[in-house]
Amino acid sequence: MKLLKTLQNGNLRDWGAEYWEKSSPSKRKAIATSLVAIAALAPFMGLGVLDTPISDYGAVLVYPVGMFILMALGLNIVVGKSGLLDLGYVAFFAIGAYTMAILGTRTSLNTWEIMPIGIALAMLAGLILGLPALRLRGDYLAIVTLGFGEIVRISALNTREIGGPNGIANVPTPPSIGPIEFSLNDQKAYFWVVLIMILLTIWMIRRLSVRRAGRAWEAIRQDEDVAELMGVHTLKYKLWSFSLGAAVGGAAGVLYASKTLFIAPEMFTLNVSILILACVVFGGMGNIWGVVLGAAILAYLPERIRFISDARLLVFGLALVITMNFRPDGLLPRKKREKALVNAPKESVK
Amino acid sequence: MFSTLIDQFWSLTLSGIALGFIYVLISLGYTMVYGVLRMINFANSEIFMFGTFATIIISRDFLGNVDGSKSLPLPKLILTITLCLVGSMIVSGLVSVFVEFVAYRRLRARGTNKLATLISAIGISIVLSEFMRIITNSRPTLNPRVLEKKSLFEIAGASFRIDTVMTIIFAAVLFLVLDRFVKYSRLGRAIRAVSMNEDAAKLMGVDLNKVISATFLIGGLMSGAAAFFYTLTYENTKFNVGFTLGLAAFTAAVIGGIGNIRGAFFGGLSLGLVEVYASSILGTEWKSVTVFIILVLVLVLKPNGVFGEAVQQTRA
Repeated sequence: MKLLKTLQNGNLRDWGAEYWEKSSPSKRKAIATSLVAIAALAPFMGLGVLDTPISDYGAVLVYPVGMFILMALGLNIVVGKSGLLDLGYVAFFAIGAYTMAILGTRTSLNTWEIMPIGIALAMLAGLILGLPALRLRGDYLAIVTLGFGEIVRISALNTREIGGPNGIANVPTPPSIGPIEFSLNDQKAYFWVVLIMILLTIWMIRRLSVRRAGRAWEAIRQDEDVAELMGVHTLKYKLWSFSLGAAVGGAAGVLYASKTLFIAPEMFTLNVSILILACVVFGGMGNIWGVVLGAAILAYLPERIRFISDARLLVFGLALVITMNFRPDGLLPRKKREKALVNAPKESVK
Repeated sequence: MFSTLIDQFWSLTLSGIALGFIYVLISLGYTMVYGVLRMINFANSEIFMFGTFATIIISRDFLGNVDGSKSLPLPKLILTITLCLVGSMIVSGLVSVFVEFVAYRRLRARGTNKLATLISAIGISIVLSEFMRIITNSRPTLNPRVLEKKSLFEIAGASFRIDTVMTIIFAAVLFLVLDRFVKYSRLGRAIRAVSMNEDAAKLMGVDLNKVISATFLIGGLMSGAAAFFYTLTYENTKFNVGFTLGLAAFTAAVIGGIGNIRGAFFGGLSLGLVEVYASSILGTEWKSVTVFIILVLVLVLKPNGVFGEAVQQTRA
């Protein structure tokens, strides 16, 4: 019982944040560089213990672990930072993947040239969905985004020109950069690309969090009415949050299509949105490191343990219910000062 | 493109009404819960799904109606229909109460924000549907035919099949009973009181937890009845059967003004008709897309639903 209490109240996140704030700039640089270096060298470390029954750990690091972390970070901007429940995140992933597949098979553009197009299209889709949907609150937004995800999938399924239910095969791999080649047998190159994208996303979120956009999101999350009254242009910042999340999803989609080399509408069901949401919620909404940890755990475990991989969604659903009931802030909760208002007693808000 | 619609207008209308009544019953589940909690019950589609399986298990395994080719003798037919309907309602009602207990109660007691409750509800909905998927191996389950689908009579080319007629009559009766119940019974008044003002109701001695459980139970009973009629008509089910039906029923609830019982009636029927007409024009594969677009349009243009003005007074 006592252990449960400490687990519930324990806050590794605050300890980490304190340590970081106390460190001098040079020490911070050293910590960051060494962490990145460790991550980048991960494929060479011969962590054979992490091999899963069907593939070696180098492949697992790319998909699902890396991809899940990337998408969870993108969804975290929407769900964690601004408190908007988006159940159609898979749509942006699908748009990115289809952009890559269509342009990659029909034009001579390569992955790196398609990437910005995919991101732009995903952002555009975010705007198109967001303009009507973001005027709605909470649960309505959830159900409309859910519908949007399904519309994208069903449209892909029913459109002959892009393969219909058969999808698109023979998507090209990214061209090699110098000596680094992209192949399915050796996925180090993919891993580094995912890592760079994750780092860029983290950098973007951290920069934005301390600037006007981040403060606006925080205000919207805590109380939208108050934020509006205080002069925050809520719709504008909600749209920003939505399309930035969409951009990360789109980028992940482009890379995913270029890695699996084959995509079909059945890869982009509601389940993907739920899996990513579970990663965000389980790790700790609004906290980058929590989301990274949550995504890594939830992506890796089902690969490793066969029993779980058959019942993957069941486990993820349970993770959602249990996290919300017993540790609503997730494994690594957000900073205390960001939490204060949300956990205040209801009466004081009324 | 429109020729099917014009040729078969009346028969389409009839099947639209029958489908509409199934939507009415499911959307009552959404609307009742929304009335008291101001929350979409995401697990309502799974509550419905459990009802369809309950119907099949009772009919096929308990009563042994395995051979669908020959028609049942009348007494057994009546027994089957009664037991399946009641059983399906009870199972769905119990699942609904269970959902409230597991996913909502603890969070409500602690007074957390809406997002947390929403996520918890989505979680339990996934758990329920995955549970069924694993048990059934992702395969659809067939219901051996119970009721021979004879045509009773025909008007303007629309044949009134026995299952269609039964669905319409039973669902209309159930709806009327519920409407009266919420309006006049003691519990019904308590439910309306909570939906109008939770704090005031509490001060007046209404037991909040009890009323909320009862609301979930009633919503579940209605979804269970819908599940029975659905299984009777379509004769098969699957672990994800609730997904599209649930979303359509939710759309129906929103069209009528969510939280409004009579609105659900109107919304369910109109959505049933629109969906059938639209499918005949665009093809069935675009059915759910049509429903979603209607949902978004209603939410953006008339967020309180068609009966928006009256919502405050008649809220469930």
